[in-house]
Amino acid sequence: MLSGAISNRLGVLVLLIISYILNSMNLTLKIWRQQNRTAKGGFKTYKVSDVSPDMSFLEMIDVLNDKLIREGEDPVAFDHDCREGICGMCSMYINGRPHGPGKGITTCQLHMRSFQDGDHITIEPWRAAPFPVIKDLAVDRSAFDRIMQAGGFISVNTGNAQEANNILIPKEEADHAFSAAACIGCGACVAVCKNASAMLFVSAKVSQLAQLPQGQVEAKERVLQMVAQMDAEGFGSCSNTYACEAECPKLISCDNIARMNREYLKSSLT
Amino acid sequence: MSLKKIFNSSTGRKAAMGLTGLFLISFLVVHCAVNALIFLNDGGDTFNRGAHFMSSNPVIRTLEIVLFLGVIWHIVQALVITRTNQKARPVAYAVVNANASSKWYSRWMGLLGTLILMFLIIHLKHFWIGSRFTGLQSGMILIDGREYENMFGELKLVFSKGIVVIIYCLAMVSLAYHLLQGFQSSFHSLGLKHKKYTPVVETAGVWFSILVPLIFALMPVSIYFGWIS
Ligand code: FES
Repeated sequence: MLSGAISNRLGVLVLLIISYILNSMNLTLKIWRQQNRTAKGGFKTYKVSDVSPDMSFLEMIDVLNDKLIREGEDPVAFDHDCREGICGMCSMYINGRPHGPGKGITTCQLHMRSFQDGDHITIEPWRAAPFPVIKDLAVDRSAFDRIMQAGGFISVNTGNAQEANNILIPKEEADHAFSAAACIGCGACVAVCKNASAMLFVSAKVSQLAQLPQGQVEAKERVLQMVAQMDAEGFGSCSNTYACEAECPKLISCDNIARMNREYLKSSLT
Repeated sequence: MSLKKIFNSSTGRKAAMGLTGLFLISFLVVHCAVNALIFLNDGGDTFNRGAHFMSSNPVIRTLEIVLFLGVIWHIVQALVITRTNQKARPVAYAVVNANASSKWYSRWMGLLGTLILMFLIIHLKHFWIGSRFTGLQSGMILIDGREYENMFGELKLVFSKGIVVIIYCLAMVSLAYHLLQGFQSSFHSLGLKHKKYTPVVETAGVWFSILVPLIFALMPVSIYFGWIS
């Protein structure tokens, strides 16, 4: 009995090892390295071997960093936190696309099975004047925080939460507001936009509040102030290529941009 | 909020592009309708009358000034926006896979617009300057005892050269792609998005972008090949 179970487990282990050997990939990475905000950056090429297709992209970078540390080299700096697609911290421009290939996913949700053995992968930080590079692949996205501080909030009395059914919200509106609220503020929209425009992000934040009764009190000032802050940060102007919608890991719709334009014109002309 | 502030904001600039774009689109409808008169194949009589109406009617003449202002505003806004956008990305990416997320013509609106502007200069020199200032090479023509400028004769003269016909056709291809992006984009920039009407606008935009440039391009082609006389 016991020996049968052991031999079964051994068999599984052998199979796993064989599949690992057969599937593991060797990759060449071209990564942007930049010591600090002011230093001049440049690309450096690294080889990583024995990459499992089941690894996430960030885990693959972990493997590289582990190797670099062992060799006494500076590891590649990159942002990450939740590693499950909800915090919006990971931000890599992989082979010319934010968060790499695949639809509706963040870099941490990207798996190495999306690549082939022998692939060359170019990894760059988000490129936009309002997102200066802090180090290597990590950029400073506090411009988004300042836009939120300019108007991305509602004023409510603190204390006990009121009865939920006091404010009735039609299901459809609640759904629209929620889908706009799904924005995780990663900045992929800015990264992919040929104009480095932040309109998808800002419009999602304007929309999620503009569609709810609680957001009406500051509705007029909100859109004006958030757009003014967005412009002051130096983001570009949207030219409706809709690339942001295509690359957004949360599939935020460009309809939000139209809504923001409408809210803006309504608020500024009245 | 002051109007200056609105039009200096990114969202205001988009709205201005959309507004002027829609105005220029409305002009294309009128221009295309007058042009299509040549297909009546009546020796250009109706067309010449139409051209005369367009150049003499005081309302149209006033609108012509508004039209020029619209074109200039559209171009100036485009230049300002392009400059801001360039500043927003001072360091370019080494690898860009833009086709994965957007249509090429949506990214090349500036270039398409520049080609249209170059064509516009040639086109104005061919017809508008002669008709308004220097007089047409084809002079005047008598239709039902009344003298008209022989615009149809001018067409035949200008479109007798193959190279001119090719330039006009290429310009119409640029116009088609510019409209394909610009038509629905104008509505979007003005915040006009609606569950029911946006699909209609989008479909109308595609048809407009194909049909209007096609009718325009058919003019030099049919004259060159002698399909109308
Ligand atoms: S690390 Fe949180 S979304 Fe990728």
